[in-house]
Amino acid sequence: MTLLAVERMKLFTTRSPWWCAVITLLLVIGFAALMTATSDGGFVSVGMSQSGHFFGITVILVLAALAITTEYRFGTIRTTFQAVPNRTAVLLAKTGVVGALAAAVGLLAAFGALGVTALLSSGVDLSLSTGAEWRQVAGNGLVYGLAAVLALAVGILVRHSAGAIALLLIYIGVVESLTPIIPEIGPTIHEWMPFNVVEKFLSGDGATRAVAEAGPPLSTSTLSPWLALGYFAAVAFAALAAAIAVANRRDA
Amino acid sequence: MIEAKGLTKRYGDTTAVNGLSFTVEPGQVTGFLGPNGAGKSTTMRMILGLDRPTSGTVTVAGKRYHELRHPLRTVGALLDARWVHPNRSAAAHLKWLAKSNDIPQRRVDEVLDIVGLTAVAGKRAGGFSLGMSQRLGIAAALLGDPEILMFDEPVNGLDPEGILWIRRFMHRRAEEGRTVFVSSHLLSEMALTAHELVVVGKGELIAQSSTREFVARATENSVKVRSPHLAEFQPLLTEAGATVRSEDGGVLVSGMDSESIGELAASNGIVLHELSPSQGSLEQAFMRITGDSVEYSSSLGNGTDGGPGGEGGGGPGGAEQQPEPAAAHT
Repeated sequence: MTLLAVERMKLFTTRSPWWCAVITLLLVIGFAALMTATSDGGFVSVGMSQSGHFFGITVILVLAALAITTEYRFGTIRTTFQAVPNRTAVLLAKTGVVGALAAAVGLLAAFGALGVTALLSSGVDLSLSTGAEWRQVAGNGLVYGLAAVLALAVGILVRHSAGAIALLLIYIGVVESLTPIIPEIGPTIHEWMPFNVVEKFLSGDGATRAVAEAGPPLSTSTLSPWLALGYFAAVAFAALAAAIAVANRRDA
Repeated sequence: MIEAKGLTKRYGDTTAVNGLSFTVEPGQVTGFLGPNGAGKSTTMRMILGLDRPTSGTVTVAGKRYHELRHPLRTVGALLDARWVHPNRSAAAHLKWLAKSNDIPQRRVDEVLDIVGLTAVAGKRAGGFSLGMSQRLGIAAALLGDPEILMFDEPVNGLDPEGILWIRRFMHRRAEEGRTVFVSSHLLSEMALTAHELVVVGKGELIAQSSTREFVARATENSVKVRSPHLAEFQPLLTEAGATVRSEDGGVLVSGMDSESIGELAASNGIVLHELSPSQGSLEQAFMRITGDSVEYSSSLGNGTDGGPGGEGGGGPGGAEQQPEPAAAHT
């Protein structure tokens, strides 16, 4: 508990997490507002209100990577290990705090997006009644949180802010989206890439959309939504376990 | 009390610290002396459990660092004053440190007061001058009221006032019965600060002794002699067993005290214009002892303007040591 409090104090006495949180909210909610304002009423749906979540997750990756790489950059990781030599405990506490912040930002962004969509489109029923609708909105909390865990793991391994962020952004922006164009095996590999899989948890088969085409492409994963989330979580925590093992072995 | 036994650290083919064994006793300031690159910082990082020794052990207060439950209450260390997030305030930096070791938050105000940073407690640490950063680092080291204090090159880049403050500060902590271990590459600084010295070069222990002993053993006494009859006198001195080398306007004689030189001159009817004993500087002493263990010695000094770096490469042959650069044309 003490360590969680320490990591919370460390996180909130710097500026970058605040900036990243604000940018996430602006992007996700702003995107929802833009989509609603420019589409005619028939396309507005719970699913459409969440079209901007990809941008939000991208910024959350940056937030989480910065939370650990700035510690390496400024040497405060050494001050931390000097105060608490149990590195596993320190890094788990940091993961807990950053993951919780990411989850809170994810929830806020998702419900904010839903709210602004409801405000701008009078008369469309946007209440959450089915499991798919709840996953599409509230599920963002879990997905943002787990994405932060994955980004922290990459940050611990790479240690440099620019390197970790570049790696993450290139991965989600280029590697995952270009893999399907590899002949023959590309689509199969893509089926198992974590950010594609977790999309299955959020959007399922597109049941939350008013019109199936009204939104970004759906996940090609064949897993059930909750299995998809489990797979994403397994990837994130496996990366974290590897990162902590490396951090314990190398010199701080 | 800090105890190192056979401490070794290798990075690939490079050996930074090699079989280092020493003890640091409480109640006095112990200097950790060695040229840059001698492995002082690596050793200190191993003491704090930040770097993992390749072999050997080091204990603080009888335990390995990671066995300490609240390490800041046993060991306070300042290895690098820049290990602070620049956007975090001085008080916020100390508060999370205090929290991590269950130290009451009011202790933060106390240590800020001790180092004189109360007025800037709420300011970003990134805007601090080097002296202020050092003070913040010292405040962090004092947080847990530890029995062992460790500082890596604390006076580097400080103005004379800051140097004096740190020196007095360390003496006071030692008088309180604490263990104070401070590294430096300057023997002149250590001679004023430390009672005991652990001297290293190229990662190996060169000496552990009291500062006075080390300085006395290291400094070579020589006598400056000026005379219009130097040409005749020089062979006589050499015959009597002294080492003679020319120096601007005269010669520098070592291995013979001024009394015997004067008597030798008188008995041979030689006029002397000057006969002045001089004690070698601490820097020369240090160079003589660590001479062959300077990691990055330059070859620039082998010409006429022999600087200390170049002379260091000349090896431990103490008598060859040139106290003045101008005398290198032997």
